[in-house]
Amino acid sequence: MRGFPASAGALARESETVIIGGGIIGLGIAYELARRGRSDISVLEQGYLAGGASGRNGGGVRMQWSTELNIRLMQQSIDICRHFAGEMGINIWLRQGGYLFLARSAAEQQRMEKNVALQNRCGVPTRMLERDELRRIVPEIDPQGIVSACFNPRDGVVFPWPFLWGYAHRAAELGVAIHTFTRVDGIERAGDGSFLVRTSKGTIRAARVINAAGAWSPQVARLLGIELPNHPHRHEILSTEPLKPFLGPLVSLLSSGLYFSQSMRGEIVAGITTPDSASGPGSKAINMRSRLLFLETLAADLVALCPRFAGVKVLRQWAGPYDVSPDGYPILGEPPGLPGFYLACGFVGHGFMMAPIIARLYAELLCGGTAHPIFERCRLSRFEQQNLEHEEMIIG
Amino acid sequence: MSGKVIVCRCEDVTLHDVEQALALGYLDIEEVKRFTGLGTGPCQGKECLVPTCRLLAVARAADAGRQGRQPEAAPFAQPFTVRPPVYSVALGTLARSGRPGGQGDKP
Repeated sequence: MRGFPASAGALARESETVIIGGGIIGLGIAYELARRGRSDISVLEQGYLAGGASGRNGGGVRMQWSTELNIRLMQQSIDICRHFAGEMGINIWLRQGGYLFLARSAAEQQRMEKNVALQNRCGVPTRMLERDELRRIVPEIDPQGIVSACFNPRDGVVFPWPFLWGYAHRAAELGVAIHTFTRVDGIERAGDGSFLVRTSKGTIRAARVINAAGAWSPQVARLLGIELPNHPHRHEILSTEPLKPFLGPLVSLLSSGLYFSQSMRGEIVAGITTPDSASGPGSKAINMRSRLLFLETLAADLVALCPRFAGVKVLRQWAGPYDVSPDGYPILGEPPGLPGFYLACGFVGHGFMMAPIIARLYAELLCGGTAHPIFERCRLSRFEQQNLEHEEMIIG
Repeated sequence: MSGKVIVCRCEDVTLHDVEQALALGYLDIEEVKRFTGLGTGPCQGKECLVPTCRLLAVARAADAGRQGRQPEAAPFAQPFTVRPPVYSVALGTLARSGRPGGQGDKP
């Protein structure tokens, strides 16, 4: 494996493509483009790789969504994950232990049954669980208050960091220059339609620029005078002391947004929805500070669901920024009036699991292939319409 | 030999593991932490942090030398971000402290 910060050297004066953001979306697109022979790419990352949401998420990959578009995309994404280690030469610790969703109310149960039926029509083997089967899969769960449960054994969890490095190292081998600790300070449109990207390490000219900066993408777009409707939202996670392997699936409570799984290192990794007064629509602030409030909110919900966890110790907690779009779908493609400037942001905490397939489809589009329907659905201009269909399976 | 020298006892990270990360070009402490997993176990880096900072300082000075730059001073010795809690706490304890009248802060 070749080191990429060392291999990148000085910033090129010109690249066909500049990708802003060295997260999973940016690196995934860089790799997929390079694989198609378009490796004249500079990836600009303001910090270290895995410093943003790509290095701070729970690693869940699931097919259980509420719209056919997302279900089918995630079937393909998980298929790519299954072949990733062989293709990229790195262990991503994929474990398909399934995703187990729990409903506490009749309304949640109804939604669950509707979604399971849709998933089944798409060929996803999700099934509603009887109480004794739930007890067999996760005996630690106290079934009191649980109205129903559904389970897809093919969902799973990956370890996010090696996934990112896999893309980075392969892209670097194919000739992509990855520049860490390189901040973008300005973008100008030149007379010939190309872009001048001003960075902390010099200026680079590019025929096209891809904004894959996640929660920082509104700031990047603003450099060109574009206001994006996505906003950052802090999401926190904790990790416990390692335990011997006992937990098969990732478990999630629909009512509270609680989720937890056991990593391959044995730790319980858990998150939950918490209010965040520091962010919200209109907010530009990215807050990655940890709070006691989160530990307490999560612990109360988790111990109520699994009383045996009361004695398990929390080792560490951290936070990362969700990049929240108004309708739960990402923002893709060129904004009106700015050909050559491509958006790949607004993934609402699910960019990691979506990245493998989105990166592939994006590279196909940029190489002149047919546009997948997701690009039509995810245009920036959709926010001018009313009554947008909303993805409801947003967790955390 | 470096494969038998343990830098992080919690996560079984050896000197060889750290040297490999540095050789690959991971020259920031946050990168080394993520690439090797050091400092993420029960002691949260209380033991491995100082030797790792020293290894990083040497590696970064060498890297600066290769590129014809003067080695920078201050940023090399910085520790990685501290993750709460300082000492591990049982979920049951946290669950109780979060109830009305508990110790929790406000959002």
